[in-house]
Amino acid sequence: MSLRVGVDVGGTNTDAVLMDGARVVAKLKTPTTEDITGGITTAIRSVLDQSATKTGDIASVMIGTTHFTNAIIERRHLTPTATIRLGLPATTALPPLIDWPQDLVATIGRHNYLCHGGYEFDGRQISPLDLDEVRSAARDIGAKGITAVAISGVFSPVNTAMEDEVANVVAEELPGATITKSSEIGRIGLLERENAAILNSCLRALAERTVDAFERAISDLGITAPLYLTQNDGTLMAAGFARRYPVLTIASGPTNSMRGAAFLSGLQDAIVVDIGGTTSDVGVLTHGFPREASVAVEVGGVRTNFRMPDVYSIGLGGGSLVDLDTMSVGPQSVGYRLTEQALVFGGDTLTTSDIAVASGVVEMGDRSKVAHLDERQVSRLLDRIQEIVAEAVDRMKTSAEGVPVIVVGGGSVLISRPVEGASEMVKPEHFEAANAVGAAIAQISGEVDRIYNLEGMTRDGAMDDAKREAAGRAEAAGANPSTITIVDVEDVPLAYLPGNATRIRVKAVGDLHLVASAG
Amino acid sequence: MGREPTRGPRMYDVTIDDLDDLATGAAVLGTGGGGDPYIGKLMARNAMTGRAAVRVYEFEDIPDDWLVVPSAMIGAPTVMLEKLPSGTEAVAAFRALESYLGRKIDATMPIEIGGMNSTMPFTVAAELGLPMVDGDGMGRAFPELQMVTQTLAGLSGSPMGLSDEKGNSLILNTISNQWAETFARTATVQMGAAALMAIFPMTGAELKRACIPGTLSLIGRIGRAIREAHAAHGSPIDAVCAVTGGQPIWTGKVGDIERRTVGGFTRGTARVEGSGPNTGKTLEVDFQNEFLVARTGDDVLVTTPDLITMLDAETGQPITTEQLRYGFRVVVLGIPCHPLWRTDMGLLLVGPAYFGYDLPYIPLPR
Repeated sequence: MSLRVGVDVGGTNTDAVLMDGARVVAKLKTPTTEDITGGITTAIRSVLDQSATKTGDIASVMIGTTHFTNAIIERRHLTPTATIRLGLPATTALPPLIDWPQDLVATIGRHNYLCHGGYEFDGRQISPLDLDEVRSAARDIGAKGITAVAISGVFSPVNTAMEDEVANVVAEELPGATITKSSEIGRIGLLERENAAILNSCLRALAERTVDAFERAISDLGITAPLYLTQNDGTLMAAGFARRYPVLTIASGPTNSMRGAAFLSGLQDAIVVDIGGTTSDVGVLTHGFPREASVAVEVGGVRTNFRMPDVYSIGLGGGSLVDLDTMSVGPQSVGYRLTEQALVFGGDTLTTSDIAVASGVVEMGDRSKVAHLDERQVSRLLDRIQEIVAEAVDRMKTSAEGVPVIVVGGGSVLISRPVEGASEMVKPEHFEAANAVGAAIAQISGEVDRIYNLEGMTRDGAMDDAKREAAGRAEAAGANPSTITIVDVEDVPLAYLPGNATRIRVKAVGDLHLVASAG
Repeated sequence: MGREPTRGPRMYDVTIDDLDDLATGAAVLGTGGGGDPYIGKLMARNAMTGRAAVRVYEFEDIPDDWLVVPSAMIGAPTVMLEKLPSGTEAVAAFRALESYLGRKIDATMPIEIGGMNSTMPFTVAAELGLPMVDGDGMGRAFPELQMVTQTLAGLSGSPMGLSDEKGNSLILNTISNQWAETFARTATVQMGAAALMAIFPMTGAELKRACIPGTLSLIGRIGRAIREAHAAHGSPIDAVCAVTGGQPIWTGKVGDIERRTVGGFTRGTARVEGSGPNTGKTLEVDFQNEFLVARTGDDVLVTTPDLITMLDAETGQPITTEQLRYGFRVVVLGIPCHPLWRTDMGLLLVGPAYFGYDLPYIPLPR
């Protein structure tokens, strides 16, 4: 038997599924605990117990988490970050954090250090690196007590030497600081790459704590199978990698839900509404995959150049606060404290879940606690919830025609009838665990990003070589060779190298080849 | 400054809130090139913050004796996404030219209305308190600086100021606009492939005779049409066609993209696998920074100087050649160029033959 555990840690709930091939063997939803570990342990232990599965039969554990996305959106748990940019005298017109929301800047601080350095397009230096200047910046950063540093340099994807050297100097001056080099995160486009590096930097401390907690939870359960985290393109990354690059998990939650929704419903083209505890994500499935945003994607108001799912998020979830005076819903939420603070669970906060229980569309907690609510008010609030979802669906639609809407996620109990604009509404079996299913079925990728000199080979030859190698890497990372396909090809010629050189990026993905660990 | 301009009926003020629409419209007329207008927009926003709105006049409002000098970036668009400007370059180029000419510049304008150069002049306009003129010299984006209607009118790009972020400023005096391109491009490569120009100094009278009027307003209308159509779930594609007189020529998915750098320009071909009415066929779109020729098999659908532009099939957002990636669903539009480009001289300057194509120019119906 080769089994996969898929876990999705959301802001409100932790979902887990145990899957055997395409079959959901067991599932559980449990509140996300403040320490994260508790929820994961409870969820995995429960799905193992439900199915009487031995830990040794588990081939892999995949965890998807919206933790890092939420941290940025809520401006919480973010580490103050300094940015060292190498490019003087260029780039001063648009300093780091230039287009960032003010509240996010207030959270991580505006600690910009523009230094000399950076490269011209042809590999010349814009100005020589001034290590004294860098040391002085590093000491100033240290004096401020800042422990997270992002380093960006003009044309660093083409030549990483200056970023590398500066990283070494900063590491000497600030032992223990986390350092993110922009060349490791992003592609050409200084502002967007730098933005991604800064976001990664301010998440690093949180990532250490979070991934440690994940690993502890799994090993405490006696599971020895490898741990993967899902990244924003729907593929997997190993735990050690995730500690250093948490920003790559951003938007993996919506991706997992949408992939899970497609898998569970069998629908390939539809709009997916994933209703969680605090927010709902609305995305579009095209041929079974999330529609990708074709332009720069904003994360918490910050422009990045990742390739990400095109998702519209709204502040509606099962824990959203309801105000009877204004008859408004959300965006504030009790979040993971739903089972303590909602009326039906003995709390004193009126939430959307209380409204759903009062109306009789769902049973949970103690219905007598909401018996005092006015029937007409409850009915109007349910209508309001339908309207909020319909507006979001409408926003993602591109024609006036009705489209199938798949509703998934724990909060989808709030939606009891088709929303306006839907041709049909599908709530697939295991809807509440679509995100965990999406994590469990996530594929593994192999990527090649290399400069080819085309003096001695044709472009097609170079491309074939890159594709072969990407497929080989996917296989080495654990993909089943017969399932590997090339999903992304990009080549960018370089003017700065002698001869006709081109940079080729190729990405291959395949299903994880599952072999049970011995035992 | 000479006498005041006329306050005509189409005079208006551009504020920071207008820059988004202008940048979107500029990307549509950028025909895949001209650089990402985002950087131009950010620079304009930065320069306009805390300063007065920029006043825009139509050609007729400009006194004939005014000195109008377009402001533009020159270089490789990809470079400009990396080596961001210092912000001092445009003003330095204007100061250098004013010092050489011995008089103040009265107004500025875009030299090209596609891509980042459309919004770039707002930076210098805001910083120096200059008004802008509603028009440009291309009606679109083109890769070389002699490719302007000023050249057709016999105007010289010289003397021109060229400044980099390091503090270097050059004044070029050349015998033709082709030479201006050659020297400016060569100097720009040494400056790191991105520099700012103060070029084509003109009197108000020369402006009226040589340039294309109303194009700054046009990009504002295109941007607004896309935004409003998207918000109302209408078709942004139809909206763009209605505003520009363009038409969809292809619908499909981007397949292979080939790029190579030749003589400082990115040249290449994007293949768009047809869908809907175009199923089973492939459109090949060649580009040199901008899209030049669109053909399927032996059928040539559109060539330069008519505009070829790619829009995201769903959002209507324009896609530049740098952003083009495998898998994008696009609608390719053909938009008729300004009639000046359809003359013999116009075609000599920017027709298919100039770019090395042995193809006849078949004008898109206007």
